[in-house]
This record gives sequence, structure tokens and C-alpha cells, in this order.
Amino acid sequence: MTNFEYTIKDELGIHARPAGLLVKAAKAAGCKVTVEKDGKVAEATKVFALMGLGVKRGDTVKVSCEGDNAEKAAVQMKAFFEANL
Amino acid sequence: MTELRGKGVSGGVAIGKISFYKKDEICVKRVHIDDTAAELERFDRAKEFTLLQLSELYEKALKEVGETNAQIFEIHQMMIEDEDYLDSIQNFIVSQKLNAEYAVAVTADNFAEMFSSMDDDYMKERAADVRDISDRLLRNLMNKSGSEDSSDGKTIICADDLAPSETVQLDKSKVLAFCTRRGASNSHTAILARTMNIPAVIGLGDALLEEYDGREAVVDGKTGVIYIDPDEDIKTETEKKRQEEIHRRELLQNLKGKENITPDGQKINVYANIGGLGDMGAVLANDAGGIGLFRSEFLYLESKDYPDEEVQFRCYKKVLERMAGKKVIIRTLDIGADKQIDYFGLDKEENPALGYRAIRICLTRPEIFKTQLRALYRASMFGNLGIMFPMIISLEEIKEIKAVVSEVKAELAADGIPFKDDVEIGIMIETPAAVMISDLLAAEVDFFSVGTNDLTQYSLAIDRQNPKLDRFCDTRHQGILRMIKLTADNAHKNGAWIGICGELGGDTELTEVFLAMGIDELSVSPSLVLPLREKIRNASIKDKEEILKKYSLC
Repeated sequence: MTNFEYTIKDELGIHARPAGLLVKAAKAAGCKVTVEKDGKVAEATKVFALMGLGVKRGDTVKVSCEGDNAEKAAVQMKAFFEANL
Repeated sequence: MTELRGKGVSGGVAIGKISFYKKDEICVKRVHIDDTAAELERFDRAKEFTLLQLSELYEKALKEVGETNAQIFEIHQMMIEDEDYLDSIQNFIVSQKLNAEYAVAVTADNFAEMFSSMDDDYMKERAADVRDISDRLLRNLMNKSGSEDSSDGKTIICADDLAPSETVQLDKSKVLAFCTRRGASNSHTAILARTMNIPAVIGLGDALLEEYDGREAVVDGKTGVIYIDPDEDIKTETEKKRQEEIHRRELLQNLKGKENITPDGQKINVYANIGGLGDMGAVLANDAGGIGLFRSEFLYLESKDYPDEEVQFRCYKKVLERMAGKKVIIRTLDIGADKQIDYFGLDKEENPALGYRAIRICLTRPEIFKTQLRALYRASMFGNLGIMFPMIISLEEIKEIKAVVSEVKAELAADGIPFKDDVEIGIMIETPAAVMISDLLAAEVDFFSVGTNDLTQYSLAIDRQNPKLDRFCDTRHQGILRMIKLTADNAHKNGAWIGICGELGGDTELTEVFLAMGIDELSVSPSLVLPLREKIRNASIKDKEEILKKYSLC
């Protein structure tokens, strides 16, 4: 399992649009991706669960990738977070 | 005539008949079922059909309101396919042997509740998205279509509330305006209305009666006021506003994205003046090439105490980011004279226009000045910043300013905070003294911006607020035009560029003169950007000498 921490810069946090984009990116990653905030974990392929985390600007989330492509997926996800959130 | 007040969320005016939009009440019964497999299959068919509708809606929105706004319907598709949402519905059907309608309705309640209970206004509103997709699923399960728009001709659509899908689904050629009892300014419906240029007023509450259906009304999407059965005066006034808007929109359509270039091929930048973040929407909507004057004093005027570095940094950064690489010229604090702030504790002056103001305050109170400069340099990383200093009269002032700037840069570097070293530095030319030594000043700075309002007042010795002096105050006075010409020549000879950010810059009678002088940039209020662009694109400046001669400028 590979993981990284990221602090959200987007003004609205993980709102509808980035959540939608994140779901797409996570589905393309080819392994299990989860996002964790304050002990609450959401699978990144589930749009309601992601939005339900209530991630706001300034919050730090832990993103974990688990499975065959974990290393590669983590690099992709990190790039995604930096570009969109 | 009845007047109702709500919140205007999408500007523009409309006159027409009201059509009250009513949704079919969806009544869900709890029914026990035996054949769960058949019920699951029925649900799946409805789900697939809903997805198809949503993808059609996405395509429709893509064409009408663009990708960014259409994305909500792509997200709606994801919501319908969300594993937790589907699990919950399937669970009700399979383990509790309940009908699909009930399963969807209860699941929708639970998910909407999750959003409603979040302590974030934006997220609270997402409950509406859950309702929107679930209602669509339910209608498809029950083979009901949504509300049909049966009206013929254009109407003002009134409703309790409108879901984003309903807003997009309505035939736009038939909608004059949207008015709702509930709703929020962040809602997708408000955003969609703005994108579609349809006036919208929300939050009218219970005063918006269903019995108004079919009655005539006037809607002002800017002020949030609507009149039921308007009188003739209101109607005439509204019609006039509407015509002006139509004209402006035509300009916008034709001129957006076009260059500011004369038929002879001379280019000039047209930027916008802003007095706060609230003006940003107008800057972008009017396609300004940059911001030529950002009056930073609003940060101080709107606050009860000196705004700290962080507050200022965030504000400057936001503007720079939203302008996405286009030039943003921020003028440092310009208070005193007609702009007074209590916490600065300034003395009452006999003659404030000639008093302790602008750069004079900054240079005597360096702690205020340095805070602003630090915030500006930190923000410089996020776009194309220029910094401009007001009320300059001497070379010494520029040298003093530069020394403070160097200090600020050195401190940032020592703190390991990144900033751009090549931020353009400019000054306002608004005193006759600055004009007279503009050759010397130009050698010290990257650009000039002529503040014609103060320059006129100081040159003609006329207080522009005094109505008795109107007949003496000629804003196109040759003396002023000669000063601008002299300043432009001196700027160009000494490697600086020159703009005009005062009201005179937007005077389209003078556009040819400014072009003939070789002015590099005009910065005007956002609403004047497109009319000015139109003027430039039709300006004939073949014979520059002739134009300058007409005003005795050569």
C-alpha cells in the first residue's frame, strides 16, 4: 500500500465537481483508492461518500492506494490532487 | 401593482406573463413484493433509462451552457451509479421485500439528510441534487413524465424551487425569467441562469402566490424586485433597460475575444478599473484584457482595523488567479482627501485634496506600507502583477519607495517566501509636477498611468464636486490633453509604457486622439470595455498629425 498526505487548496474543498473528477480518476487508477479525513475513510470511486467527508480548504487528507498498481496509481493521484484540489 | 422583493441572482430585466411551474406530486406507497428478482429488474430498467436521460441532458447543457456547467449532469450520473446509493436501494428490495419506489424514496431521504446536516452551506445545498436524481428515478419507475411546459409564447417561470435539471430542461426560447420562492445564490440553478443570461430572482418566499399565474409582471434580476401588474411607468422604464441590455449583449457577442486593433493595425490594450472583488464578474463578462487599476483601498475601507498581510495576500492572489495570467495592476493604498478611514486617526484638514493622502501616508507610516507590499509580492507568484503608486510628485519619492520595496524583498527572501523579482513598477501621473518631470520619472519606472480625474482637478484648479463650477470645467481641456501628450512622449523616449486610468480614458470622442498619441493602454470601468473596443476597431487614425492638430497638440 502506498499513501500520501495532501492539504486542500481549492476554495470549496471536495465539492461536487472535483468529487466527480476524482471518481473518474480513481476508476482509471486500476487499484483501490481511499481518502481519509479525521479517521473517516471513503472509497474514491464513491461520489456520495467523498462529498460526505466534508473536506474543506485547509483540511489535510490521507490518500491511500492499494493493489497491483499502487505505486503508479499514487503518483497519478498525487498529480490529480495537485492539479484539481 | 404589487411589489415583491427577493434576491437577484442573475441580472437583466424581463416583462411578460407569469407561468407557474408545478411539479407533479410524487406519491410513493410502501408495497410488499414477492418477486424480488423482477422488482430488481424493473429498478434496473428505470435506472438505465434515467442514465440515458441524464446523458442527453448533459449533451443539451454542453451546447447551451458549456462544459463547466454541464458537468453537474455528469456528476448526477455518477450519483445514480454510486455503490452506496444502489446498495441501499437494492437492500430495501431484496432483504425487506419492498417495492422499488419506496426503496428509492427512503434512500433519497437518507442521503439528502446526510447533506442537509453538514455544517457547510455549499454541501447543504447538495441535498437538492439527491432529490433531483431520485425524483427522476421515481418518475421513470412510475412512467410519469416531468411537468410539461404547456404555455405558448415566452413566459416568466415562477416556481417553489427549480432543480438544475429542470432549469436546463425548460425550453429557453420560451423563458423570460426565473422567480422562485426558495433557492440559494450558490445553487446550480442560479449559476445556470447567469450562464444562460436569463434574469433570476430567488427567495421571494410565500408572497409569490400561485394565483399570479397568467398575470403580467416585471422582473429585475439585478435588484431582486418583481412587480405584479406593473404600471405604465415601470413598464416603459423596464423596456428601456431591456433594449440597452440587448444592445450590450449584441456588442458582447460580436466583440468578445476580438483584438483591440484599429483598421490600420495599431493595437492598444483595454483593461478594466475595479474597486473590489465584487467587480470581478463584470471584468470577465466584459472580456477586459487585464485590470489597469485595482483600487486596493476598499480592503481598508471595508475593515474595522488595518487589514493584515494574510487578508490582503488572499485577496490579491484571488484576483491574480482569476485573471489567469492577464495583467493585474494593483494601486497601493490611496486614502485621505475624499476617502477617510476612522482607525487611521487622520487629522481634519483645511484642504484635504492638497493634504496628507495616498503615498504621503505610506511613506510616513512604513509599517502600513510594508504590510501591503509584502502581501503584494507574495501574491506575485500567482499571476502577472504590476504595482502602482499614487500621487507622485518627485523623483525622491520614487527612490524612497524603491528602498522600501528592496527591504520587503530582502525580508521575504530571508524568510524563504517565494516572490517574483520582475514585478512591473509604475506610478500614477496625476499632478502637474509629475507631468513636467515625466522624462526623469519614466527612467525610474516601468509604466505610467494617467489619473485624469485628479490631474484635471489640480491643473484647472477646479473641484469637480462643486456644481457651480460645471460650466468652467472642460474635461477635454487642451491643457490636459497637452499634458497627456507630453507625458506619453517622455514615457516612450525613456522606455516606459503609458496608460490612462481616469474617466477620460473611456471618453470615446477622444479615442482617436489617444491612439494618435501612442497611448499603450486604456483602463475603464468594466461596462465600457466593449463599447471602447468597438470604437477602436472602427477608429481611423491614418493621418495622426491631422488628429493631433485638431486639438492643437502638434
